[in-house]
Amino acid sequence: MSELKQTQLHARHVAAGAKMVPFAGYEMPVQYPLGIMREHLHTREKCGLFDVSHMGQCFIIADDGTFVTAAKALEKLVPADIQSLEPGQQRYSQFLNKDGGILDDLMISRLCLDGHEHWLYLVVNAGCKHQDYAHLEKHLPDGIKLSIKDDSISLIALQGPKAADVLGDMAPALKDLTFMTHTDLPVGKNDIWCHVSRSGYTGEDGYELAVKHEDVDRFVEEMLEYKDVELIGLGARDSLRMEAGLCLYGHDIDTTVSPIEAGLIWSVPKHRRNGGDYFGAARIKADIADKQSKRLVGILPEGRAPAREHTEIQDLDGNTIGEITSGGFGPSVGGPVAMGYVARSHIKAGKDLNLIVRGKARPAKVVKLPFVPHNYHRG
Amino acid sequence: MTTYYSEDHEWISVDGDVGTVGISDYAQKALGDIVFVEVPDVGASFAKGDDAAVVESVKAASDVYAPVGGDVTEVNGALEDAPETVNSDAGGAGWFFKIKIADASELDALMDEAAYKTYCDGL
Repeated sequence: MSELKQTQLHARHVAAGAKMVPFAGYEMPVQYPLGIMREHLHTREKCGLFDVSHMGQCFIIADDGTFVTAAKALEKLVPADIQSLEPGQQRYSQFLNKDGGILDDLMISRLCLDGHEHWLYLVVNAGCKHQDYAHLEKHLPDGIKLSIKDDSISLIALQGPKAADVLGDMAPALKDLTFMTHTDLPVGKNDIWCHVSRSGYTGEDGYELAVKHEDVDRFVEEMLEYKDVELIGLGARDSLRMEAGLCLYGHDIDTTVSPIEAGLIWSVPKHRRNGGDYFGAARIKADIADKQSKRLVGILPEGRAPAREHTEIQDLDGNTIGEITSGGFGPSVGGPVAMGYVARSHIKAGKDLNLIVRGKARPAKVVKLPFVPHNYHRG
Repeated sequence: MTTYYSEDHEWISVDGDVGTVGISDYAQKALGDIVFVEVPDVGASFAKGDDAAVVESVKAASDVYAPVGGDVTEVNGALEDAPETVNSDAGGAGWFFKIKIADASELDALMDEAAYKTYCDGL
């Protein structure tokens, strides 16, 4: 096995007492001395600072200097509408294979920085990034350049209801930034240049900030001077995103499912649902039409027993109808939460199910996602 | 009463031929916030090392093994509604179940408190 990589904040995590674990080829903090439960609740009540520098960051730039050339090229690989992106806008989408299976999910932004408005900026999952880069290299046509920035740009996230107070104090313009838009500006007393988007993976209001490797540690140090900011590990990141009903690649989504089955139809615009010239277009169209295809739903176990990934889902007659793909304890819900795929006959909220936990059938209900309401700043 | 410890971090406190079983303070700290405990049924029969109970943290589920063989005589039903008791008092109110020890010689393979402390220090 190759040696684990470290982010620029590694020494800071260790000094803070983090428990470090291998994750997607990196040594990452899974929790700090506060513990997953309190880290989770702190993020929902105040705000949490996450090191997500293991994620992949790259740019797609057309040699002809136009946005439309780059956008059209990327639209072959994702079911989103990229051409309509305005400078400063960001969109969630998925790389699909030719069968419509999900290769990865990602954020796509069109830069608004002067002279860079034709650049696309992508943030992809750490565990998929090398395949993603290879996929892009293979399928982007001549005249489109892929520029990978993992060796020079760190990525951190500040998430929670107090995030706007903290970053608004460091750079007043950030208070008014709306959900799924971004800006580039100097932030804080050292005027550190950041690419800041108002988005995240917790369901809370918050920001993701791309910061140069050489600046990120002192930038984090400045953020941690605010009393509402705590370092938060990957453990709480997982429970936060689960309560927010957000998919985790490799668990809730992978190459065996389409965005339609995964409940991500909202990320596929109407004009791309009826076939088209992109990878997976036929599957998207077919899965929308097919009333038999399975769906990812929220599942609320009754009682206190968590139902973990791979737990069998049965109907009340004992027939297997699906499997849990993410499940655990939701600290803000105060009980177990889960997501899983069920047959179309069982996708309606309120449907009763049984979860087979250690051989015992435990009652559960299909519920609407998210478990905890999203708290995005839509302006 | 003598308390013995297993390498899997269970403790068993022996009173006559009945042992009270729980997980150690070291174990509860390593697990973090405990959100669910599944205790066995009264009357269940275990051999030494069998899966006897389950303890779940926010992150994962872990098995609790029977430190000795025997029949379960009593379980701590209070953990169902208050699993966090295992965090706050692992060696006391956070006990899991009581077992009628089938073969007291199985206790010989376990550690006493001093040996267990040395064992944990070496982990």
